[in-house]
Amino acid sequence: MNQSVFEPWNDPNAKPLIQFKGVTKRFGDFTAIDNQTFDIYEKEFFALLGPSGCGKTTMMRMLAGFEAPTEGQIWLDGQDIAPFPPNKRAVNMMFQSYALFPHLSVWDNIAFGLKRDGMPPNAIGDRVGEMLKLTRLEKFAKRKPHQISGGQRQRVALARSLAKAPKLLLLDEPLGALDAKLRQDTQFELMDIQETTGTTFVIVTHDQEEAMTVASRVAVMDDGRIMQADTPANIYEIPNSVYVADFIGDVTIIEGTATHSGNGYDIVFAEGQPSLHAESEITLTDGSRAALAIRPEKVSISAEKPENTRNALQGKILDIAYLGNLSTYHVELPTGQIVKAQAANTRRLSRRSFTWEDEVWISWTDTAAVLLEA
Amino acid sequence: MRRVALIAVPYLWLLALFLVPFIIVLKISLSDYDLSIPPYSPTLDLSSGWEGLKSFFGALDFENFTFLTTDDLYWKAYLSSVRIAVIATFCTLLVGYPIAYGMANAPDHWRPTLMMLVILPFWTSFLIRVYSWMGILSTEGYLNQLLIGMGLISEPLTILNTNTAVYIGIVYTYLPFMILPIYSTLERMDASLLEAAEDLGCSRIEAFWLVTFPLSRNGIIAGCFLVFIPTIGEFVIPALLGGSDTLMIGKVLWEEFFNNRDWPVASAVAVILLLILIIPIILFQRNEQKQREAEG
Repeated sequence: MNQSVFEPWNDPNAKPLIQFKGVTKRFGDFTAIDNQTFDIYEKEFFALLGPSGCGKTTMMRMLAGFEAPTEGQIWLDGQDIAPFPPNKRAVNMMFQSYALFPHLSVWDNIAFGLKRDGMPPNAIGDRVGEMLKLTRLEKFAKRKPHQISGGQRQRVALARSLAKAPKLLLLDEPLGALDAKLRQDTQFELMDIQETTGTTFVIVTHDQEEAMTVASRVAVMDDGRIMQADTPANIYEIPNSVYVADFIGDVTIIEGTATHSGNGYDIVFAEGQPSLHAESEITLTDGSRAALAIRPEKVSISAEKPENTRNALQGKILDIAYLGNLSTYHVELPTGQIVKAQAANTRRLSRRSFTWEDEVWISWTDTAAVLLEA
Repeated sequence: MRRVALIAVPYLWLLALFLVPFIIVLKISLSDYDLSIPPYSPTLDLSSGWEGLKSFFGALDFENFTFLTTDDLYWKAYLSSVRIAVIATFCTLLVGYPIAYGMANAPDHWRPTLMMLVILPFWTSFLIRVYSWMGILSTEGYLNQLLIGMGLISEPLTILNTNTAVYIGIVYTYLPFMILPIYSTLERMDASLLEAAEDLGCSRIEAFWLVTFPLSRNGIIAGCFLVFIPTIGEFVIPALLGGSDTLMIGKVLWEEFFNNRDWPVASAVAVILLLILIIPIILFQRNEQKQREAEG
């Protein structure tokens, strides 16, 4: 079978399902969304990720119809959705609080939207049955929401919002109320359900791990703007700004002055320290400020000065975070800068090579660090 | 020991303030009318010992209760009281629900003020407030002056001393008892439930009937009982605002006691009234209990 990679955002012929066209949303003086233009494609699992107050929830509420853009338009399936109130949109939402109707049984909760559509009763029965099966809730159909567990309630909320087969499903922090273990299982379940139903999902979350796990594309938001929208791998490996690099995962940022050299730039970051080299496709004027973002797992740590790399610095181990499979070393350079280096714990603890206060060398290759405008 | 003492307090309270008076009333209802002080016999005379006690209990009978069935005034008064109470409760609900709804949806900083406005009338005498309604509703009253002044009517309306005035008085007096329980259920409701209902295809009005209304049911039930129960036995409002054709058991009770001085019959009327009220009181308690269980 010739299965092509799912990345419609790279296909110029693909028709987006949702288009934000210069959307701005203001609440009084406060600008929640600042002139945003972007597309979401059919069958995508699109994550809006950011700290609280970054505008991700406003974005979602505009899609659902609970807020209207101050400026700009939102198009769904080639149509401006501004004239459609929430109850007329082919968009359903799964609420953070789940918002299950406490006076209705699980079955009636799921059937609620279908009944509003005037579907014939036996068709409703079939559809609800289908949804109960999809979310493994058959046994709980007759229970009231307060008689089931948090995880089951989450699945009822999902089943209810999927029952009407919306073109777009919005999920507002869907796993926020679950404990860590259940969360992980549910993440995979969500992905399965998304794949089975072929529905486009837009998820709002502040949990980067969750966004990276479930999403086909992640939009990192800050201050009402999407800083970068890309695949989880690209967001992590090639962030386009210091903000994104810093927001996603663990990173060391070294700021300095850039000078063009070879396929990239040399960065002078402190007096008495060797200059660092990073290969990069971005163009900087010589002498401008630049930042290097280096992921800890790409930094090696050794007792002797490593050969054949230009990027080697000496420092002292300040802290060790033992994570079981990995250890993160915080190495302090003579300048006071701290560089994080991660090493797999392939040996038993007692035979670990480095400990606190050890003088060590840290190094990375020319392609390991990402060069960014500071 | 401390637990016994703790439980004993409310029971003693009930015993002193409910059970003992009730037994006295019950006893009088089983006695006979007499031209004496007190105006009934027999009275308990412990000086004649066992014989006296025997003749005392021997003299008690259900004569007065039988009498209540012979004159159709009484059952008509009971029936009319229940009817007036049902209609008045329903009117109070119609007026109270929108107010409670408005309060629950008002901006946060307005709510304490609105709550205050609802409770405020309680701080003045109930009697004076009912009297002031006489000033508003009478033929020369403010309401008629206003309506004539606006040119809406040419002849003054006769409202005072009719059942309409009684309904107005009851709705006015008991409105807070309806508003407060409904408000408390509406205020606790999660706003996202309505958004969810809208998201699933409800119009605002459908969302109200399918979500808000059923979820405020417990408040409605509580409010209705709180209005219905005291209204059945209401005396002051029908006496002051009602007319000669306003038949309510509270008024009958008053007349038996103070005009006819027939304490035994009046007591029998009161005992029956209590028996009628026990049913809604039990239903009310059950509703409260169910609500607590659902929340617990």
